[in-house]
Amino acid sequence: MNPFALLQADSVAEASAAAKDVRLSVLKAGGMDLLDLMKEGIAEPTQLVNLRTVRDPALRTIEAGRIGALATLADIARSDAVRASAPVIAKCAASAATPQVRNVATAGGNLLQRPRCWYFRNEQFNCLKKGGSTCYAVDGENRYHAVFGPGPCHIVHPSNLAVALLACDGVVSLAGGERATLPIAKLFHMPDRGIRDESNLEPGEVITSIAYSPAPVSGFFVVKERQSFDWPLTMAAVALKLDGRRIASARVCAGAVAPVPWSLPLVEKALQGVALDDEAALRAACAKSIDGAEPMRDNAYKLKLLPVAIRRAIADAAGAKEGQ
Amino acid sequence: MTPSQHDPVPPRTHGSDAVPGTPADRSAVGPRGVSRRSFISTLGASGAAAALGGQAEARLAAPIEDGPVVLGPEPVEVALTINGRAVKTKLDPATTLLDALRLNLQMTGSKEVCDRGSCGGCSVLVDGRLVASCMMLALDAVGHDITTIEGLAQGDTLDPIQEAFVRYDAFQCGFCTPGMIMACKALLNETPKPTMEQIRKGLSGNICRCGAYTNVFSAVLEASDQAVPVDQPVPADHTDGGGA
Repeated sequence: MNPFALLQADSVAEASAAAKDVRLSVLKAGGMDLLDLMKEGIAEPTQLVNLRTVRDPALRTIEAGRIGALATLADIARSDAVRASAPVIAKCAASAATPQVRNVATAGGNLLQRPRCWYFRNEQFNCLKKGGSTCYAVDGENRYHAVFGPGPCHIVHPSNLAVALLACDGVVSLAGGERATLPIAKLFHMPDRGIRDESNLEPGEVITSIAYSPAPVSGFFVVKERQSFDWPLTMAAVALKLDGRRIASARVCAGAVAPVPWSLPLVEKALQGVALDDEAALRAACAKSIDGAEPMRDNAYKLKLLPVAIRRAIADAAGAKEGQ
Repeated sequence: MTPSQHDPVPPRTHGSDAVPGTPADRSAVGPRGVSRRSFISTLGASGAAAALGGQAEARLAAPIEDGPVVLGPEPVEVALTINGRAVKTKLDPATTLLDALRLNLQMTGSKEVCDRGSCGGCSVLVDGRLVASCMMLALDAVGHDITTIEGLAQGDTLDPIQEAFVRYDAFQCGFCTPGMIMACKALLNETPKPTMEQIRKGLSGNICRCGAYTNVFSAVLEASDQAVPVDQPVPADHTDGGGA
């Protein structure tokens, strides 16, 4: 890592001011992703603004419907309030990474981690995200890349938690800028609307908490190459509203398939009114998830995984309902 | 690059930045305009530790409240609490907890393997929770209780999980073992009688390239007073001096 100064922020306002005013300074929460980027030579900030030193307990509080931005993934995973109000969020947090990472990585940092594209993460490739003129994934190794979106960069969004929060209509609370809130659905942009970064936050805007709508009938399914510590090949998060055994309405979102957490409105519409035991109708609805996909050379397999992941996430959600 | 080349923060006016009774370290009041750095260095290690940990007492003790605390990039004095002992050292903010342990403090039990938080070789406990010390800044560990592999045994008496590792031959080359044992320790602290599924999840951040997992799982079962499945290896009898 390059040498840097560490500003031990006392308040969010202090952190925000420092992040806004100081060129090459970067906000740090748990630091799991930032230190990785710095060790790889991808980020070289000269000042880290430490949010860990902000003692405001609200930043770490978890309650039904709201998660403090400095709550760790482990805190979220073991929170009874989250598990009851939105099992999909707790399960997503519990399935991410390893105990070592979950004990340190924060909710806010998880949302704002940089993509895992191996060309972006490798200092040797001056890809579009780093100011270069080429997306090396286009003609290169693209089995883990996006199957949705026009490019020109083909990352998949790295945060599973963001997908679960999107399914629960999550809204981040912000401090330090003009806006007080921003829906998760508007927190990230596609590469054609800005390639160097992924979020729509302004310099100095700090996520302080994330609110979500209760989704007691919600579920999650992730397909990985290894069932241990691994990144998803494809994942799905669903939040259902049931009318007896029928789906009154559904929120269906996918991860690891697009540069942003991916909403699937066609699937949501097709699921309306479908009975939970109507296998044919459920499968038909899930099959709509791949409409509009444009796989790359090596990742068309994701189009087979995605409908299955959604179907299993629906089953997981229905199971959560029956477990109550 | 040096931070000063990139520092557009206008220098603050520090007419009264000297700690009473101490000479102000003017050299530390660079273009960053932060002088509390010098204040901290004059406090000595314990004061620095308190200030770094953001302790309220340190704030009350601080005579200067004219800006944020900025540490480094030069080395600063810190006090870490490791295995119940306060240990002082001097390190720059880019020093990870693992490097502080291994390079500054010669505590080489925690291993550097991947250096990216992916393998678990550097695992330690911070306030009882398992962390990858290679991905935590040493300064972020100030004010917290750090437990390393060196802190598990009490004198010549091994921790029960260490005993179980010996009995079940839960290692081959041994390089992952300190981190693996710390992960087992964290797991057993949080889940005194883990199921096999919980053991697998709890150790999912620790990679053993020799493939000693099965014996590790057995060791965890035994250390938690649970039956070890019969198809697992029988513990070696280390009481008769053995052979070879």
